[in-house]
Amino acid sequence: MADEKENQNTEKPADSGPQPQTPASPPTPPPPPKPATPPPPKPPAAAGGTPPPPKPPAAPGAHPPPPKPKGPAPEPWSHPIVDAIKEKFGNQFVKAYSFIGQNNIEVKKALIAEILTFMRDNSILPCNYLADETAVHWPKDEEFEMVYILYSFEKNEYVRVKTRLKEWESIESVASVWTTADWLEREVYDMFGVRYANHPNLKRILLPEDWVGFPLRKDYNIRLQDVEWVRKHLGIDSGQKYYVGEARHEDPNYITPTD
Amino acid sequence: MAEAETLFDASELTVSMGPQHPSTHGVLQVKLKLDGERVLDAECVIGYLHRGVEKLGEAQTYGQFVPTLDRMDYIAAVSNCLGYCETIEKLIGVTAPPRAQYIRVIMTELNRITSHLLWLGTHAIDLGAITTFLYCFREREEILKIFENYCGARLTTHMFRIGGTQYELYEGFKEQVRTFIQDFPKKVDEYETLLTENRIWLDRTKNVGIISGKDAIDLGLTGPSLRGSGVQWDLRKAKPYCVYSEFDFDIPIGEVGDTYDRYLVRMEEMRQSARIVAQAIEKIPDGPIMAKMSKIIKPPVGDIYHSIESPKGELGYYIVSDGSTMAYRARVRPPSFVNLQSLKKMVAGHMVADVVAVIGTLDIVLGEIDR
Repeated sequence: MADEKENQNTEKPADSGPQPQTPASPPTPPPPPKPATPPPPKPPAAAGGTPPPPKPPAAPGAHPPPPKPKGPAPEPWSHPIVDAIKEKFGNQFVKAYSFIGQNNIEVKKALIAEILTFMRDNSILPCNYLADETAVHWPKDEEFEMVYILYSFEKNEYVRVKTRLKEWESIESVASVWTTADWLEREVYDMFGVRYANHPNLKRILLPEDWVGFPLRKDYNIRLQDVEWVRKHLGIDSGQKYYVGEARHEDPNYITPTD
Repeated sequence: MAEAETLFDASELTVSMGPQHPSTHGVLQVKLKLDGERVLDAECVIGYLHRGVEKLGEAQTYGQFVPTLDRMDYIAAVSNCLGYCETIEKLIGVTAPPRAQYIRVIMTELNRITSHLLWLGTHAIDLGAITTFLYCFREREEILKIFENYCGARLTTHMFRIGGTQYELYEGFKEQVRTFIQDFPKKVDEYETLLTENRIWLDRTKNVGIISGKDAIDLGLTGPSLRGSGVQWDLRKAKPYCVYSEFDFDIPIGEVGDTYDRYLVRMEEMRQSARIVAQAIEKIPDGPIMAKMSKIIKPPVGDIYHSIESPKGELGYYIVSDGSTMAYRARVRPPSFVNLQSLKKMVAGHMVADVVAVIGTLDIVLGEIDR
C-alpha cells in the first residue's frame, strides 16, 4: 500500500526524488489533496534530502563571485583644496583619499571647527551646506570616527571630512559654522555619547532625558536594557536572555545563562 | 496660588502644542513661548516614534534592511527604498538593468505625487480648507491602486531590491498609468482653483514663515522648502541618479520663501512628476529587471554616501561596511529631521495659528524624523 502511494505521489510532481513524506496510513482519500500541497515543498525536500552531494558542486559555483569584494580600494586624492588645507593647517592634516569616486579628507580633531570654517569660506571649494554629520564607533581602538559630509553648491561636489577622537575626549561643536549642525550633533550625542564643546544646547533629542546608555555604540546591550526596564517598571523578570560579553557594566545578578 | 498669580501677571506664557494634536502631523510636541498671540520662541520635542532604525540596520543583512526603511517615511516609502538600494548597488558595483531603472523612476515619481497630494490635503485642512482634502485623496487612491496591483501593498511597498526590482509590470499597467497621467495635470488645476487665488488661503500663507535662500542653506533645508526660497537645487538635476538625466523636466522655484511659495513649488512639482512619468512610460525598454549578482551581498570594506531627492528633500544614506553581510553602520540622513529644525526660525514673531501653517509647509513625517 505504502509503495503504491509513494508512486502516485511521485508521478504527479514531475520526477523529483521519491521522498517518503507519507506520515500515516489512509491511502486513497488523501492523495487528491496531498499532491496539491506537497509539490511546492517537495523539490526543496528532495534537494536537501537525497542529493546533498550535487549541492556542494553548485555552491562552489556560486561562491567564486564573493572574492570580488577586494575590488575597489582607497586611492590618494589630490585637489587644490587638499593642498590649501595642508598649507594652512600643516600638521593637522592626516590624509586625503577617494573611495568609489567619493572624496575624503582626514584631519586631526584639535582644530576641527577651524578647518570646517575654512572649508565653508574658502574660494576653491566653498562647502556652504553641511549635508550630514554623524559618527562611527570603533570599540577596538576606543575611538569615534566623526564624519562631516559637506556639499558645495557652487562646484556641485560632495566631500567628506573625517576625524577621530578617543571615547573620553570631547570635540569642538560646529553649530556656529552651520546652524544645521545643532540637531545633528545632538543626535550624535544622544546615540553615541560624544561630548561637544561649545554646543548651544547639548541634550538628548530622540531618546528621553533619563535614558541610560548610548544605543549606537557597539558595546550597548539592548537585551540588558530591556531586562532592566521590565524589572523597574513592571516588577517582574522578563526572561530575556543575553550574553555576558554584551554588557560592559554587567550586573551578575541579572545574567541568565544562555546557549 | 502663587503660580496662578504669576500666570496672570506674566507677559510670557509657555504653551505645549502636541504631541496629541491633529495639526502636528504625528506625535510632535512644540513648546511655544508666547507673548499674547505672538510666538517668541519654539522648541520641538521629538522622538516619540523612535524605533532605532539605524541600530536595526546593523543587525540585519543588507537585503533584510530594505523593508525596515519603508517604515521611515511611510508616505513616500518608494523613495526610501530607491535611495538605499542605489547606495548598496553603488557600494558593490552593480548597476540595475535599464528596465528596472525605468520602473523605479515611474514608481518613485508616482510616489512623489502621492506624497505631495497627502501634504496638500492635510495642509489645506490645517488652514481650514476641507474640500481640497477630498479631491487629493481621490487621485491619491488611483496611484495607490497602481501600487497595490504592482506589488500588493499600498504604503509600505518594498518595491525594489538591491540590483533591480522584484516584480515585472502587470498587464494593463501602462494603460492605467497613462490614463492617470493624462488627466492628472487638469486635476492639479482643479486644486489650484480652490486655493491659489482664494482670499483666505492667501491671508494664511503669504508672508508666513519666510526664510531666505542663504538661511535655508545654512539650516540644511532641502527639497521644496529650499526651492521655495529661490535656490534652484534638485538632486535629480544636480547629481542625476537612476535614469533621471534622460527626461525633460523643470525645477520650479519660489521668490520670497514663504508658505505660499512653497505651496506653489509643490503644486508645480506634481505636474513635473507627471511629465516625467509620461515620458518614462513610453520609453520603458525590454529586458531583465534584476542584475546578475551574488545572492549574498558582501560589499568591500569602506564607506559610501549616496543621496536622492525624496519628496521631502535630500534623503541620504551613509553606509560603513566591514566586509560582512551586515552594515557596520547604517546612517540615514532624514530630510524631515533637518527641515524641522528651521521651524524655530520660521515661526518666531508670528501668531500661534501660523505655527500650524509652518508645520504644514515643512511637510514633515514623524516616522522619518524619529526613525
